[in-house]
Amino acid sequence: MQSFIEYSLFFGPVISLVVYEGGLLLKRKYKLAVLNPLLITAIVLIAFLALTNVEYESYNASAKYISYFLTPATVALAVPLYEQLKLLKENLAAVLCGLLAGVLTSLVSIFLLSKLFGLNHEQYVTLLPKSITTAIGMGVSEEMGGITAITVAVICVTGMIGDITSEWLYKILKIRHPIAKGLALGTASHAMGTAKAMEMGEVEGAMGSLAIVTAGLLTVVGASFFAQLM
Amino acid sequence: MKVLRQFLIIMIISLLGEILNRILPFPVPASVYGLVLMLTALMTGLIRVPQVKEASVILIELMPVMFIPAAVGLMTAWDKLRPVVVPVIVITFVTTLLVMGVTGIVTEKVIEKTEKGAEE
Repeated sequence: MQSFIEYSLFFGPVISLVVYEGGLLLKRKYKLAVLNPLLITAIVLIAFLALTNVEYESYNASAKYISYFLTPATVALAVPLYEQLKLLKENLAAVLCGLLAGVLTSLVSIFLLSKLFGLNHEQYVTLLPKSITTAIGMGVSEEMGGITAITVAVICVTGMIGDITSEWLYKILKIRHPIAKGLALGTASHAMGTAKAMEMGEVEGAMGSLAIVTAGLLTVVGASFFAQLM
Repeated sequence: MKVLRQFLIIMIISLLGEILNRILPFPVPASVYGLVLMLTALMTGLIRVPQVKEASVILIELMPVMFIPAAVGLMTAWDKLRPVVVPVIVITFVTTLLVMGVTGIVTEKVIEKTEKGAEE
């Protein structure tokens, strides 16, 4: 069994996609943010591999091909960003201030809390890109010597927290403008936050997708500086 | 053949991103160099949206599943996560709410200010 899985070109991708489809079904049926398909897939697959005594390396020998197009997909994010540049230009001051404030808050608060908890460099840089889209965040974590698998999990959880808490937080803080709502969701919780923003409205959704890429790029620049602090 | 040409353009830019990642000293992933190159090409008119549209829609739609192998990799990183699992959870919660609150408030205040300025 182990050796078949190791040599099979399709075992990893097929089992990954089957479980993911199951996750999508659950999400569609119950509409709960906790039912994030990626997180469910990871948990189910980890349990399955542990129970059947299959090594991660054997699974990944074929599953890694799913990730082959990750860099081209990230490059493709430039297309929707380009299509939303008009919205950025029309609200330039507000969007830039919001983005800069958000990204700085993210980096500073992660730095201070990591210091408070006495995390080491590896653990700290693993968390630094937690608010940005997985494609960019995973790359940032890898480049700075973080543990990418943990970064991916933390990014997923961050997305879920934004999705679950945003309406409640906006009510308490009296954040009412659609531009502010969308931008905050995209900056704090990347694509999952943006999915929530799209439910709130068209402007919210567009601002969210704008924030995914711009906050991601700002974090790449900021994180390379912040990584040296600890 | 149209989609093939679109994929080719995106793959060439990915390759250029990879080359930049290799020769430049910054901790920037190849994908981010590629993203910036693509955005620049679109803004300068070197590439037009219809030349890459369908392929980029397909790639972005498929993106979530591309993270599955990395997420399952958590099973190999569990030993490293276990000693810090509580701080990691606390940091994730606190910083996410902070970032969302600060971004929202700052954006809202600047919009109010510019709208007031426009009225005067």
